[in-house]
Formats: sequence, C-alpha cells, structure tokens
Amino acid sequence: MVVAASSCRTETVFDYSWRQVVVAYWNRYPNPSSTHVLTEDTIKREVRDGKLYSRRLLSKTNPVPKWGSRFYNNVPVRIIEDSVLDPVKKTLTTFTRNIGMKKIMKVDEIVVYSEQKDGRTLAVRRAYISSQVFGFSRAIRAFGIERFKVNSNKASNGFNYVLRKMFPHHQMALTTAVALAPGTAAGTQQGTAALTQFGEGVTATTAGNHNGNKTETMKNAAKIGYDFLKCHATKIAQLFSVRN
Amino acid sequence: MNSIGEDCNELKKQYDACFNTWFSERFLKGHTDDSVCAPIFKVYQECVKRAMREQKIELREIETDYTTGDHDNTSGAGANSSKPQGSSKS
Repeated sequence: MVVAASSCRTETVFDYSWRQVVVAYWNRYPNPSSTHVLTEDTIKREVRDGKLYSRRLLSKTNPVPKWGSRFYNNVPVRIIEDSVLDPVKKTLTTFTRNIGMKKIMKVDEIVVYSEQKDGRTLAVRRAYISSQVFGFSRAIRAFGIERFKVNSNKASNGFNYVLRKMFPHHQMALTTAVALAPGTAAGTQQGTAALTQFGEGVTATTAGNHNGNKTETMKNAAKIGYDFLKCHATKIAQLFSVRN
Repeated sequence: MNSIGEDCNELKKQYDACFNTWFSERFLKGHTDDSVCAPIFKVYQECVKRAMREQKIELREIETDYTTGDHDNTSGAGANSSKPQGSSKS
C-alpha cells in the first residue's frame, strides 16, 4: 500500500560545542518545554564499529478532551527514539517515531546534530507525516506539518535550557557578549533576558515547501467537520512530536 | 526523569549516572569498551522489560534492529509526497 507522506525541514544552531550538545542530549528531560514527557528509558544500547547505538522508549501524556476519546484511545503515547552517535565524525543522528495509532497519524522525525566550522552545533530536523484516515489524509498531514513548524523553536528552547543548566560557565561568556552588543548595562537580570532573546535569535528556522495545494486540501476537508478534524490532527501531531 | 516502571526508577537512576560518566569520561575520549555499566544495565533492562510486558507494549516493534529511518532511500515515500527543497540527500 502506498501511503502519502508530507515532509518538513528546519535548521537550528546551538551555541554550544558538539561535545556539550551530545553530553546534554542524554539529559534533556525533564525541561520546562517538555512537560508532556512522562517517562524515558534506555531499552537497548551497544557500541558497534566505534559508534554508540541507543534505543530509548519515551511515553507522553495524552492531553485529549473526553469528547475526543472515541476518536482515539486516551492512553499514553509511546515513542521510540533510535540514535547513532559517531564520535570521530562528530555526528549524532536521532530517529523518532510513534508506536501505535499509526493509521491516524505516523510522525517520523530525524534530527542530525553535527559540528559547524565555527565550533557551534547545527541541528537539521526533518519530519515525515503520513496518515491513512480515508479521505482526510492530506488534511491531517497538512495540519501535522503546520504543528511541526509552529513548534519548531520549542524543542530548541527546552534543549537550550538544559544546556544552560549543564554549562553555566559557557552561559556567562555568552551573556557578557550579548549584553555588550545592544549597549545595555550588564546587570544580571538584563543579561539573562538578553540571553533568552539571543537564544531565540540564533534559532534560524527555515521551513521547506510542503503542501503546494494546501488550499484545495482545506476546501475539501471543510465539507465535513473541518474544525473538529483540525483540532484533533493538531493535537495528535503535538502529541507524537518529540519536541514537546 | 521517571522510568516506565515505577519500581525501575532507582535502577534507572543508577544506570543513567553510570552511563553519563562513561559517556563523557570514556567514550568521547576514544575508549569504546562499555563493560563498566553492563551489570547495572542488565538489571535495569530486566526491570523495564517486565514493566513493558505489564503495560502491553508491543515488544515486536521494539526488538528490531536500530534504524535512522528509510526516508533517504525511498523515492519520495508515496505518490503525493512533497519533498522540501534542498532536503536530505546529504
């Protein structure tokens, strides 16, 4: 069976070295942007050819209102995260996907963390969303992609929070640099505020073209329960996405 | 962060601590021998697998080999696929 998939790509630059990013990676939960993540377990791990292979199982709460529970079960969502870390090439590739409810929406996310020439770390995220709900696949995918873009910064913010906590000295240097730039006094509070803004500023997000004929898709979907569908597709996408 | 099995939390904490030290002090410095955390990992795994069985999580899907997705290998993952510009072929 051929299942159509929509895809989206975003890029984020973390103002930390690759080493810092991968050390923090295993400790990125909990953080204030990941309140839906309930549990996290390593269920498989080994070193092969000098690379570290890991499989983790995450579970997330299901913030579905009662009236929506007949559309899908109100149980925690399970997410599998496979990763390959190459310490020589300095790359970390992660692949996450939901298990269960795949017919409604299947969300695959691939993130590659690699070292930039300037010593910072580039994260390239790609999401592939498919749905087998007859007649609504396109609409569900479109909303899923919307959600992916809306949430693009959220995961980075959560991860940046963990990085700041783990590498406070790094933060000091950065704070000074940022506080000086706008010509403000380098007070601690202002410094922190500037850092937060800076953190968002460096998060360069470039979304690729996805659904060219979204307008048509939406018109079709509007015939039956457009808002109902949108609400649910958005929620499902949010739920399955690891960035929340 | 909690484990999926409530009674595995303590084991998970011990394993995570062992792993984090091994990862930054050994692995990233070129030592690939991971036997130091193996005993605690084994005990933790037994606990997690038990919890997964109790919660009826499909082990079938979980015991396959590692994957980083097949999106690069397929020619668009379907007829209606719309690939983003400049994506993925790296």
